[in-house]
Amino acid sequence: MSDKISPDTAVQLQGKTCVNDEYEMVYHKPAEMVDVAMHYCPGCAHSLVHKLIMEVVHELGIQEKTIGIAPVGCSVFIYDYMDIDMQEAAHGRAAAVATGVKRLMPGKYVFTYQGDGDLAAIGIGETIHAINRGENILIVFMNNAVYGMTSGQMAPTTLPGMHTTTSPYGRDTAMYGEPIKVSELIAQLPGAYYVTRQTISSANAVRRCKKALLNGFKYLDHHKGTCFVEVIGNCPSNWKMTPLETMKFIDEEMVKAFPLGDIKLPK
Amino acid sequence: MKGNEALAEAAIQAGCDAYFGYPITPQSEVLEYLAKEMPKHGRVVLQAESEVASINMVYGAAGAGFRTMTSSSSPGISLMAEGLSYLAGAELPCLIVNVNRAGPGLASIQPGQGDYFQATKGGGHGDYRMIVLAPASVQEMADFVFLGFDLADQYRNPVMILSDGAVGQMMEKVTWCRRTINKIDKPWATTGKAGSRERNIITSLFIKPEDMEKHNLKLIAKYNEIRKNEVRYEEINIEDAEYLFVAYGLSSRICLKAMDIARSKGLKVGLFRPITLFPFPYTRLMEVAPQLKLMLTVELNSGQMVEDVELGVKGKVPVAFYGKMGGIMPTPDEVFQSLEKAIENLKH
Repeated sequence: MSDKISPDTAVQLQGKTCVNDEYEMVYHKPAEMVDVAMHYCPGCAHSLVHKLIMEVVHELGIQEKTIGIAPVGCSVFIYDYMDIDMQEAAHGRAAAVATGVKRLMPGKYVFTYQGDGDLAAIGIGETIHAINRGENILIVFMNNAVYGMTSGQMAPTTLPGMHTTTSPYGRDTAMYGEPIKVSELIAQLPGAYYVTRQTISSANAVRRCKKALLNGFKYLDHHKGTCFVEVIGNCPSNWKMTPLETMKFIDEEMVKAFPLGDIKLPK
Repeated sequence: MKGNEALAEAAIQAGCDAYFGYPITPQSEVLEYLAKEMPKHGRVVLQAESEVASINMVYGAAGAGFRTMTSSSSPGISLMAEGLSYLAGAELPCLIVNVNRAGPGLASIQPGQGDYFQATKGGGHGDYRMIVLAPASVQEMADFVFLGFDLADQYRNPVMILSDGAVGQMMEKVTWCRRTINKIDKPWATTGKAGSRERNIITSLFIKPEDMEKHNLKLIAKYNEIRKNEVRYEEINIEDAEYLFVAYGLSSRICLKAMDIARSKGLKVGLFRPITLFPFPYTRLMEVAPQLKLMLTVELNSGQMVEDVELGVKGKVPVAFYGKMGGIMPTPDEVFQSLEKAIENLKH
């Protein structure tokens, strides 16, 4: 039996969800994910959060009604992994693209998936205005404090003193200011309906993150505004840490600048 | 009607599902008209926070398969340039209107034709083309909306109407005829992955060089098809012409009067007006070149289309240029005098 067996093949071969006589398949990625190897570095949070989103899409049974907007950055290839209709936006413009999609198809679930460079730097204008209009979309904001795709430059969310390729002596707040807290910033807008910050640094955190993503999709049914789920992610390659060390860094350093929890809940 | 209003009304009649725009002189009437009228027809109209946002909203709506447009004027089109490249790369049909004002920079709000290069040679990055239609009347401001949407859908390509501040602002009669709206199926659109069909992805990203080149070649084949099928122009008094004005849009209107002046003085002058700036009527210009002593290209810029005219005639006939800038429109007399001067220069 192949060790790379997909759930679908397993079902086909065995007529039930088990891979062979000895092992029963109890957990697998949802059928709404494309069964290919991902390009992400080992230990990267993107692959995990992609899966969480698609688990939610699976559980809500909304594959046919879901349209995703991809960013520019490491997760630019997100549409290679999600078996849903998707549009690739220009850098930072996902919220505007999502606006165009959702305004024409109000009955669909439209979400964007954006990193911190994409959303908090070049796309902060589109993000703020989309949320201020209360666009009925879900924005998933992956914050790992660094430009990953371009190999580790300083982002607006880079921590004070944090070393990156463009802040080789550590982020100097006198020159670049403090990391921008996007969730707190946009939570003030009346159009923001649900704002939460989660992470993936432990099994419990992953469960909470998934619940937040589930809420983010479900609350779109209320048609009351934008849902915003920030996920504090990691970047082993550019943080120059092992995946395990990145989890520790999230828990000990990242959450100081970016406190976890719900920032705005539906009334 | 005003040119801008005729264009906006045509958008409604042509079945435009969504308009996204941002105010800028001299085209704000388009957004104003549609803000008032689109909701009455159950269509989407949205004032975006910038031209950058509006062109990306167009991208989203066009990607979802809807008839979508935006309009702006020169500095705003520069802001949209990124989006134009993405729209062309992702092959999304949509209509973009540039009511050209003088430039560069913030410049003047008066009419200009300085965006010819931007419209026909790129504007955004990469190897791409838009079909560019140049209206010379309020009637054409309306007519080209219908044509533009149809061509966009047919070729899965952005279409630009390149107008100018004078055609946008001037008032003329418009005839509205009953038209059938030719909306076509867009099976590639992101409408939600229903049933057994493959997922639809709208993208201009091809990370492998072989894939990128394949996409480039596909686009170029399409542009060549457009070059073959969609060249449009108007010719007036060309049969016996020895001298030819070549002008588009507003400047062609001035040349029309200058031609009358010249004819009244016994000069055999004709007018050639490119209607599509891409594809440009190179071949037709070459065909008429042998009978001519001189071509005079007249533009409201420092000389942009004249380069395409020269490319078209390949030295078969002398090509002269007359242009005014800054939003100043030459009088027909001035244009006639520039022709006389160019003829005089031929003798030296």
